[in-house]
Amino acid sequence: MRRVLSLFDSTVGKKAVMAVSGLILFGFVFAHMAGNLKAFEGQESFDAYAQFLRDLGYPALPEYGVLWIARIVLLLAVAVHIIAAIQLWSRSRKARGSRYRKSDSQVFSYASRTMRWGGVIVALFVVYHLLHLTTGTVHPDFEYGSVYANLVVAFQSVPVVLFYVVAVGALSLHLYHGLWSVFSTLGVQNPKIDRIRRPLAGGVAFVLFAGYVAVPLGVLSGIISL
Amino acid sequence: MNLTLHVWRQSGPRDEGRFETFKPEGITESMSFLDMLDLVNEEITVDGGEPIAFEHDCREGICGSCGMVVNGVAHGPEKLVTACQLHMRSFSDGDEIWVEPWRASAFPVMRDLVVDRSSFDRIIQAGGYVSIRTGSAQDANAIPVPKPNADRAFDAAACIGCGACVAACPNASAMLFTSAKAAHLSYLPQGQTERLERAVGMVAIHDEEGFGNCTNHGACQEVCPKGISVDYISRLNRDLLKANLTGVEPGD
Repeated sequence: MRRVLSLFDSTVGKKAVMAVSGLILFGFVFAHMAGNLKAFEGQESFDAYAQFLRDLGYPALPEYGVLWIARIVLLLAVAVHIIAAIQLWSRSRKARGSRYRKSDSQVFSYASRTMRWGGVIVALFVVYHLLHLTTGTVHPDFEYGSVYANLVVAFQSVPVVLFYVVAVGALSLHLYHGLWSVFSTLGVQNPKIDRIRRPLAGGVAFVLFAGYVAVPLGVLSGIISL
Repeated sequence: MNLTLHVWRQSGPRDEGRFETFKPEGITESMSFLDMLDLVNEEITVDGGEPIAFEHDCREGICGSCGMVVNGVAHGPEKLVTACQLHMRSFSDGDEIWVEPWRASAFPVMRDLVVDRSSFDRIIQAGGYVSIRTGSAQDANAIPVPKPNADRAFDAAACIGCGACVAACPNASAMLFTSAKAAHLSYLPQGQTERLERAVGMVAIHDEEGFGNCTNHGACQEVCPKGISVDYISRLNRDLLKANLTGVEPGD
């Protein structure tokens, strides 16, 4: 444990912590997208999948057991990821000191330049998303357990769908830069991987974007309906 | 060539600094950027002013003394050159040129375009060496080194320590410099013994000096006059993580 904590002393170690927590969150984001696509199989299949997640691990664990373990792990990963990001961000500001009068940022990719603000947008979106479809606080007609119905009602609104598309776009850009950076941050040294890591990250980010926007657009176009 | 030149002027480390505008005459396309500044300085001196301070030594792109941010790019618009090897033919008649010093809190401005880069020396002192008695020169092939490793070590050793990587990095990180200085040793057999302590020691001082963290933008690689690859950063990360997880401390 002391060794893991000592990682947090150096900038390189903090980045490694961000990489590992980012990978955990990426795993969730990917599984969540795959689960969402079950909405295309209809109400029965989607609600059954939601019930399966609640029952996962039962009876070895109490009901909701695996679900809550996953939530706690994800919350910890989010907390560590954000704390390290804020510490490194403030460090970078201090390290630059005075700003350049003129700066030419053409060498940076759009994804790398928007990493920090993109991350803030994603974090705010996650809060909204939880209030929207998990607790139902900001949902117009939320009924606990009717996951499919809640989803269809939620995406009847065009502004809500637009907001989801923008947020998921920000998430995909964030993951594109994050995913290919992970290899460097964790010190993966393999020329074969080096060659494919950018297209690989781009491909995964695109699949995520397409998979995530498919459901709200499916509702809006009437393919997914009650 | 007619140019409008905005140069950062700062009388000392505590001065706030400001841009001063010059419209020098007699610039030709064959002049180097430093020749051009020399010409401006002659005019300033004739008029009784203080010449623009900038560092220079070899003027052939190998010493690492010169360096300035020209129109927002470290060492100016040409790839793989230092400011002394940048020529005025890279600009067009009527251009407006902004000249600034490297900006990083670990590189305090001493005067005009001169910054104090001794933080780089301290990173080297923290492990950028091999502490073995070398004795007299050995037979050339007494220690076999695979050709790819020799090449990678040599490419890393091309670093002249100019500081452009720090100047260009949005985080003012010196990871490209630090990793090159670690890699030119860690690719060779003589550098293996202290490899992990070296990584821990150099990164610790890198951080202590106030450089930022690497966020994989790759701006450093773009401006590096020696074309040093960001792959070395990945290698240093690997060594540091390995040291952390196996409990290696600096000076072990």
